[in-house]
Amino acid sequence: MSNNTDLIKGSKDIKDNVTPRNKITPVTFDPSARAQLMLQKKKLHRRRKFAEGALFTGYLTPSLLGVFVFFFLPLLMLLKTSFQKSSTNTDFTGFTNYERVLTNDAFKSASLNTLHFSAIAVPLAVVIALLLALLLNSGMPGKSVFRSILLNPMMVPVASVVLIWQVFFSYNGVMNGWGFAHLFGEDKIDWLKSDHAQLVILILFLWKNLGYNMVLFLAALSNIPGEILEAAVMDGAGAFTRFFKIKMHYLSPTIFFVALMSLVNSFKIFREVYLLTGDYPYDPLYMLQHFMNNQFHKLDYSKLSAGAIIMCIVMVVIVGGLFYAEGRVDKDVEE
Amino acid sequence: MDMDIREQRRKAATLARRHVFIETPKTRSYFEAMTPQERDAFFAKEKVRSARVIKRRELLKNMRVGICLIIAVAVCILAIVPIFYTFLNSFMSSKEIADNYGVIFQSLSGHAKNGARYLDKTPVLRMVPQQVSIDQYKNLLFMSPAYLLKFWNSIILVVPIVLGQMIVACLASYGFARFRNRVIETIFFAYVILMLMPFQVTLVPNYMIAEKLGILDTNWAIILPGIFSTFAIFLLTKYMRQIPSAYIEAAKLDGATEWQIFTKIALPTCKSAIFALVILLFIDYWNMVEQPLVLLTDVDKQPLSVFLSQINEAEIGIAFAASALYMIPPLLIFLLGEEYLVEGISRSGVK
Repeated sequence: MSNNTDLIKGSKDIKDNVTPRNKITPVTFDPSARAQLMLQKKKLHRRRKFAEGALFTGYLTPSLLGVFVFFFLPLLMLLKTSFQKSSTNTDFTGFTNYERVLTNDAFKSASLNTLHFSAIAVPLAVVIALLLALLLNSGMPGKSVFRSILLNPMMVPVASVVLIWQVFFSYNGVMNGWGFAHLFGEDKIDWLKSDHAQLVILILFLWKNLGYNMVLFLAALSNIPGEILEAAVMDGAGAFTRFFKIKMHYLSPTIFFVALMSLVNSFKIFREVYLLTGDYPYDPLYMLQHFMNNQFHKLDYSKLSAGAIIMCIVMVVIVGGLFYAEGRVDKDVEE
Repeated sequence: MDMDIREQRRKAATLARRHVFIETPKTRSYFEAMTPQERDAFFAKEKVRSARVIKRRELLKNMRVGICLIIAVAVCILAIVPIFYTFLNSFMSSKEIADNYGVIFQSLSGHAKNGARYLDKTPVLRMVPQQVSIDQYKNLLFMSPAYLLKFWNSIILVVPIVLGQMIVACLASYGFARFRNRVIETIFFAYVILMLMPFQVTLVPNYMIAEKLGILDTNWAIILPGIFSTFAIFLLTKYMRQIPSAYIEAAKLDGATEWQIFTKIALPTCKSAIFALVILLFIDYWNMVEQPLVLLTDVDKQPLSVFLSQINEAEIGIAFAASALYMIPPLLIFLLGEEYLVEGISRSGVK
């Protein structure tokens, strides 16, 4: 030990004359120095980590701030008002608002309608888009032309869509003129004010969103490794086996993504419904958004907040479930 | 001679020792057994047969492609007819429109509803106008200045939202993509939930916040929440997570700063996604109805989307031209950026 320190001391004298580049620093085996070195390293590491964290917070800050003010804060305020008697009277009332909402017939039918619509529209949008993608992918000419034509409806603005749908589906509209009402055993139907109203909106939804979903599926289909499909053909797998055993496996992450996007879009279809039918549509079209809008106009904020919170919770459960399932399937695909 | 026999015997003995017996005599194959004439006939027959098989296979394939084409064309016609329909009808004169579709709009809400029910007329769906006229456009552009004003309103609402949201989203999604831990993942999940939330959920608090910030009834009440909407972040993060980490590490080794990595690697790689998102956001905000209805009580500030639905019912004479003009900006943007849009959408859903 003493020898070592001597060596260092000795070298210190030379240090003044010799450039550090030529100098060979002797290795010290002093455990305390080593510990210090480790400490220093750790400190450096921590500082670097902190700098990295700070940097990424810098990237995230604008968005986090904005989202906090315009989306998260509102949700917190919502949570608060949902436990208040009304927006002006801040007495804590417990769960009475929730009780009021859950026993409200309008809320019940609105949530049932929304659920009904989404439960039909989302799977249909996924399945039909997948079928269309398979159709376009089956080696027919002009694939890209069809693709861009099918993407077109997505770009048509709501108000124009509304005009077209009015021409087709009103009581004296074109659909009745063509005798489509006879399919349902009637002479003439005011489509948007009948029990088939959801069907009309479903057609509108599919018309708008199939192109987008189909493009997603086309991309996923072209990503499937061809040699696996060829190997399957050599092993004598038919088209169905190939589809369900191989293609579905590779498509599953895309299916989740498409389902998520379709869910988003199924909520957005409210715009069209609202412009087509106004504040109080015929019963099957009375969506949750109508309910909230009307509570807003009635100034019944506490009821509105309770309803909104319930909707949030349901949404978190659904999306969490989707994410969880996606994670599991992803692991499968990666393996 | 003797040597030959010896050789043969030795071979036989060797084989016998090895227990190898060649017992099957060499037979002539079916092909060799044929005479040359038979052989020619066989070839001719076989050629005909294989030609028939190939033909049948080709026919089947053509039929399959044909059926596929027919279905695809049918679907495409269904998809595109409404657009053509609007454009073509916008060139009808107002009188022709009233003749063809007047009966439809009488049955809509707010009109003589019950009367129309007994008017047992069927409307005439005309694709092509009998006489091309630009009456509607003339009326629209020169007689109703409100329309142009609303058009301008739409533009000054949509453009800042799209630009702002893209800037915020690029920064944030880079953060989400490069820095992953439990907290960040949770925040990201919260963003996805916020993306899904319909506008009505946060309607009241948004109203209150706008009131508190003093921006109620100004364009900022719509622009600011629009800028911080999380849809673009969700898609762009998915995209940026696909950038191979090898690129980033190589850049780091070359001494690039984080900002350089962001501007020189992340942004160019995501170019198509950014363009696609610009298109998607544009159409989304071009369409907005609920926000202006609630947050902009001043009718003069409301965008075209709200105004147009009122035009539709009141003045069908110009409704088609109004719709057609309203459709043009998104369609133009779509045509210009279609490649990017398709590529951007395509890669967002693939792992």
